[in-house]
Amino acid sequence: MLLVVEQILNGLQFGLLLFLLAAGLTLVFGIMDFVNLAHGSLYMMGAYFAATFVAWTGSFVLGAVLALAATLLLGIVLEYTALRHLYGRDHLDHVLATFGLILFFNEAVRLIWGPAGLALPLPSWLAFPVQILPGIHYPAYRLAIIVVALVVALLLYLGVMRTRIGMLIRAGASNREMIGALGINIKLLYTLVFGLGAALAGLAGLMQAPILTVQIGMGENILILAFVIIVIGGIGSIRGAFLAAIFVGLIDTLGRAFLPNLLRQILSSAAAATAAPALSSMLIYLLMAIVLVVRPEGLFPAARR
Amino acid sequence: MKAFVNASNAVAALVVAALLLLPAYSALTGNVFVLTLVTRIVILALAAASLNLIMGYGGMVSFGHAAYLGIGGYAVGILAQEGFGSGFLQFPAALLASAIYALVIGALSLRTRGVYFIMITLAFAQMAYYVASGLARYGGDDGLTIYKRSDFAGLFNLSNRVQFYYLCLTCLLATIWLIWRIVNSRFGLVVQGLRSNEQRMQAIGFPARRYRLACFVIAGTMCGLAGALLANNTDFVSPAVMYWTRSGDLMVMVILGGMGSLFGPVVGAVVYLVLEELLSEVTEYWALIMGPLLLLIVLFGRGGIMGLLGRLSRG
Amino acid sequence: MAEPLLRVQNLVRRFGGIIATDHVSLEVTRGELHAIIGPNGAGKTTLISQLTGHLVPHSGSIYLAGRDITRLPAYRRSALGLARSFQITSLLLDFTAADNVALAAQAHEGHSFYFFGNARKEGGLRRTAHAALGRVGLIERADTLVSKLSHGEQRELELAVALATRPQLLLLDEPMAGLGVTESARMVKLLRELRKEVTIVLVEHDMEAVFALADRISVLVYGRVIASGSPSEIRSNDEVRRAYLGDQHVVVRHG
Repeated sequence: MLLVVEQILNGLQFGLLLFLLAAGLTLVFGIMDFVNLAHGSLYMMGAYFAATFVAWTGSFVLGAVLALAATLLLGIVLEYTALRHLYGRDHLDHVLATFGLILFFNEAVRLIWGPAGLALPLPSWLAFPVQILPGIHYPAYRLAIIVVALVVALLLYLGVMRTRIGMLIRAGASNREMIGALGINIKLLYTLVFGLGAALAGLAGLMQAPILTVQIGMGENILILAFVIIVIGGIGSIRGAFLAAIFVGLIDTLGRAFLPNLLRQILSSAAAATAAPALSSMLIYLLMAIVLVVRPEGLFPAARR
Repeated sequence: MKAFVNASNAVAALVVAALLLLPAYSALTGNVFVLTLVTRIVILALAAASLNLIMGYGGMVSFGHAAYLGIGGYAVGILAQEGFGSGFLQFPAALLASAIYALVIGALSLRTRGVYFIMITLAFAQMAYYVASGLARYGGDDGLTIYKRSDFAGLFNLSNRVQFYYLCLTCLLATIWLIWRIVNSRFGLVVQGLRSNEQRMQAIGFPARRYRLACFVIAGTMCGLAGALLANNTDFVSPAVMYWTRSGDLMVMVILGGMGSLFGPVVGAVVYLVLEELLSEVTEYWALIMGPLLLLIVLFGRGGIMGLLGRLSRG
Repeated sequence: MAEPLLRVQNLVRRFGGIIATDHVSLEVTRGELHAIIGPNGAGKTTLISQLTGHLVPHSGSIYLAGRDITRLPAYRRSALGLARSFQITSLLLDFTAADNVALAAQAHEGHSFYFFGNARKEGGLRRTAHAALGRVGLIERADTLVSKLSHGEQRELELAVALATRPQLLLLDEPMAGLGVTESARMVKLLRELRKEVTIVLVEHDMEAVFALADRISVLVYGRVIASGSPSEIRSNDEVRRAYLGDQHVVVRHG
């Protein structure tokens, strides 16, 4: 029982982290029609900045805030200097150009910080278990991640649904030409949206750093998951990304935790030992395949094209 | 009817001639390394050519093509490990496995368009990568060593570098010839038409998906051949050969050479891999240059190298 | 009474809150030229798209020669003899005119899973293509890339492509769109010849052409058919006048 609750919370936490990453990606794609493979690099930079700033300042919170600002700035600079010239082009061009950026970022990080990766220790004031239910404890830091991510999700929701900028964003996601006709400064809007996406990616990167990793190439693995999520959720849809991310996070975590045992009941232990890790990794892709067969445009598509 | 003699055809002919004569050069200068390097280039050119079939001619941008390199390679590796060393078993197995994978993945992925398709092919290739990493019996993450190359019982000896090279080159040229026949056939025109305007093709009576799927399977099978050859070349296969950045490399080769041009992938593979080799000797940080270089190519280079040559010869 | 070639029954299609096709029913008898007219935004192209299978109706049915084709995909309807030209020219731009027409002919000659042989050299297909191009007067431009053809030539090519599939029913979506005076006259002459061999449903804005060619006219306003009948009936129909033609006597009969 304890294990199940813990794994559910882990799945939720992982899913929320994925949501932060996927939200930025789906916003940028929904509004600027831009496929950004380098989104994972921004996630990586968030983690590296955090590790560096926390070490400099000695404070987790200060370091995190600085890292967020730095990632936001990096995103804006990237958009302004290079990426905005690619809007309106073929998606293949986007894919190639941002693929080139990934190579560049990975190499730049290796130059500046070395190949070994960094460590970001857990902040001491969160390094204790919290009793959430009688007899059930859960690490405070992971709870903090869940809380922060939920707050951000709520802010995003309110921002997109209730503010003028949010209205423009929603309009832009379904009809790009229209917002241009409204006389809004499109370029500024796009830069802001991209910056927001970068900040979200950076936040995800820095939050997972103490519990998972800070190393070169960390962005690529999780980027694929983010893309799977927006395919399942529907491109341009924040709500879709949220639901799909939670779903994917839960399935992946619970699958990895319980599938090996399940298989051992059915197959011989040797077969289970071989099949389990492979099957666990495949679960999310199977899910994506099913969604594709049943609803190719995603479960909650934002735009009607 | 375009003139047969022009800059791009001349370059293609030169490249083929150079490839044919390479072993002689290697023997004369005693430089064995160049033979190994060019063997790898030839095999990857084959992979790139197969990608060009679906991407350049068919308009299907697959970001998971490297998966077939792994599938073909693992077919050889796994059979070798289990004691089935005959190439007559391993190579057909590699082709069959690739075809089946392409059929299943294609049937699912081709339900989508544009960027969805790109992402989904990417995701499935990563899935293959993870599955291979999880195969503890066959080396998992560390990969699988192949102790004996595919045995072709007297027909040719794969351990002989020169024979192996010519086998790879023959496969490359045969594949290109096959692609040439296919794209000009009824089937090929349909596939190209679907790239050009799918709505129009449906309206005149072509069911799009089955033709695209067939093309996808053909390309996957061809790349599976490359995978089997690659495994023999390195005497090793690991999940890393399927990592998504390798798919990106293949895409770059196709685009660099010129999408939808017959010899583009060969030229692209040669340029890309030679550049990688040269740059990595010049500086440890060649990836730093490669990245922005790609960005520039995308922004300014239209139609790749063959396209550029075509424009030059038209003057 | 003979089964009409095309029978549309209570067709409904919505887009979100807007009803684009509002319980449309009409019949087209074999051999007639039936025009569909209506103001912009009346839902004409939506209707055509449902007839050709590019859009699925939410309710209602479509019968071609008595056969229910409501849910058949576009490529199957083409095989049954339904051909269409597009309002916004939709051709294979990087192929030649002859290639475009030959492909249409190829689509109707069984499957295309032939991987060898040069399709561009196939005598039968090329002859059919040249015949269709000859009909529309484009034979000199057979080997020109479509992207290099003028707008008028592209509209004519659309017609040739549709004809190459040897259709029973030809759905033409504004074939005169963007044509100059001489080109329009040529298109009208062409359509007048064609109507003897194939049933035509013509969506058009060009009133002169419509009243010159049509056997019967249906008027579509806000997704509904408000009137259907002979040209003179339509011309004198008050409701049509108000909704669409206005009070101007805009129609002059062409010879």
